[in-house]
Amino acid sequence: MNETESRELRPSYQKYIFRKWMTLLVLLVLLVASVIASISSGSSGLTVGEIVRALFGNGTRQSTAIVWQIRMPRITTGIIVGAALAMAGCIMQNVLRNPLASSSTLGVSQGASFGAAFAIIVLDAGSQVNASTSAASAVSITNPYVVTICAFIGGFITTLVILGLSRIVKVAPATMILSGVALSSLFSGATAIVQYFADDVKVASVVYWTFGDLGRASWREIALIAAVTFLAFLFFLFNRWNFNAMESGPDTAKSLGVPVDRLMLISMLFCSLMAAAATAFVGVISFIGLIAPHMVRRFVGNDHRFLIPASMLMGSVILVLADLVSRTIVAPSVLPIGALTSFLGAPVFLSMLFRRRNAR
Amino acid sequence: MIEVKDIAFSYGKHQVLKGISLTAASGDCVGILGNNGAGKSTFITCLNRIRKPDRGEVHIDGTDVLTMSLKETAQNIAYVAQKNELSRTTVYDAVLLGRKPYIKWGLTSEDYALCDEMIERVGLGDLKLRPVDELSGGEAQKVMLARAFVQQPKLLLLDEPTSNLDPRNQYEMMALVCEMAKEKGIAVMVVIHDLNLALRYCSRFLLIKDGEVYSYGDISTVTEKALEDVYGIKASLLLHAGKTLAVIE
Repeated sequence: MNETESRELRPSYQKYIFRKWMTLLVLLVLLVASVIASISSGSSGLTVGEIVRALFGNGTRQSTAIVWQIRMPRITTGIIVGAALAMAGCIMQNVLRNPLASSSTLGVSQGASFGAAFAIIVLDAGSQVNASTSAASAVSITNPYVVTICAFIGGFITTLVILGLSRIVKVAPATMILSGVALSSLFSGATAIVQYFADDVKVASVVYWTFGDLGRASWREIALIAAVTFLAFLFFLFNRWNFNAMESGPDTAKSLGVPVDRLMLISMLFCSLMAAAATAFVGVISFIGLIAPHMVRRFVGNDHRFLIPASMLMGSVILVLADLVSRTIVAPSVLPIGALTSFLGAPVFLSMLFRRRNAR
Repeated sequence: MIEVKDIAFSYGKHQVLKGISLTAASGDCVGILGNNGAGKSTFITCLNRIRKPDRGEVHIDGTDVLTMSLKETAQNIAYVAQKNELSRTTVYDAVLLGRKPYIKWGLTSEDYALCDEMIERVGLGDLKLRPVDELSGGEAQKVMLARAFVQQPKLLLLDEPTSNLDPRNQYEMMALVCEMAKEKGIAVMVVIHDLNLALRYCSRFLLIKDGEVYSYGDISTVTEKALEDVYGIKASLLLHAGKTLAVIE
């Protein structure tokens, strides 16, 4: 074979890779557009000029407060939680070899939800702010670390069960999802028992809290979720070739030098930590982790060099837009974001199940 | 030079391999023969640490594989599984993955050059951007083989690489393996069920019976008695146009 022949392959492959970079760019533009749309919408009627001035520190006291205390924390939470849940879903689907895996379908979010409810009710890590205000603001987390740790323990117990099922019993993908349903029921039952022994106000607080609300997290809590997400992102990015190798199955991955068991354990640990932090501060937000990776897979394939950042961007776009819809569709009331993402995710999830059945 | 010393492996209390030893030189193609359940696949997966043997050593040019890191092991030993999970990724990406044990952060021009060369060598240049899961069985197997060669191993392990292929692809595949092994100085160990394919392409033969070495050596070790003892079949070995053929009665 001569040099000219071998050189023919690389440029066309690099063109193909260039298209994937373009997909990331388009997603980034979409995210910026979603953020602009979201920051411009609200009940206070601020103009774009006032918002821009407030963003750069030249606004009035009122516009600065609205932008920096209400809208920006909400949007930043949407970006980070969306990215975290989508990244967790993308990695879970890879290491568990299961396209239906995500923190909500495997019960990790529900486990984390139980942990957080336990912390709020039993360990008094949450407190009632003002019962007469809106439902969402009825509870405030006074000790985010205790809530996060408890949520993490709940999420991680579920993760260990799932890991055990996938590694030791080697269950089929559909069975694993059914196990997730069973674990979700278990944690719902456990949450109900904890609530049964709590007083009315605390029960109301937890119920409102589980609805999911991006406006709940303060900058301190946002920083905590961001730190966890950033650490996880670095780890996943560093292992992007390992995840690509995992796509060929664990034996082939091992033969390519991947420490499969260690990678699975650490990855799932990061996934449960992200799901726990997200659930602890904004409640259960379903399906983002499931649908975002599948939506971008058709553009970037299973190449984790691109799939991980593309999933994160898509997750952020979906959550920021879902939040925008939840704030504007029945304004001035705000719909629970968790319910809205479920409305979006359930049909997509069902269509995936049917597509898989038809493919078989 | 590959030296395998006394490899033993058990699944729980059931001992599958009872101490297998052999040596192979660069360019050798070792056919591993034996009945289903004899321990052939277990044996080759013990060599590259997919399974951890109960005891034994694997030396490549004097270095024990068990003392190497996983990355170093992957730089020395490539493996093509019996059943490959075909991901929705392109041929080029799948072959490029063979460079994983060498990648530090990004891909180098050497990585691309090796990938280009191997894709052309296995005849898949026109399909380079085709998703692997849309390929035929023979094409997909060639992708796996190209990936294994891109790893630049000293030892190549193949687990029934021809089991799902039509006769033409079977012969093409084995011819390519032997040609590349000789050219690149790679020792090959191949688990194979087709006796005639093995007799035609392999230079050495490891016959395994009940987890033990029945015989190991060149084609003279494959006798009618050996086939009867190992497989429990009556077969005649005929010489035709300078090649040995097995005819099962």
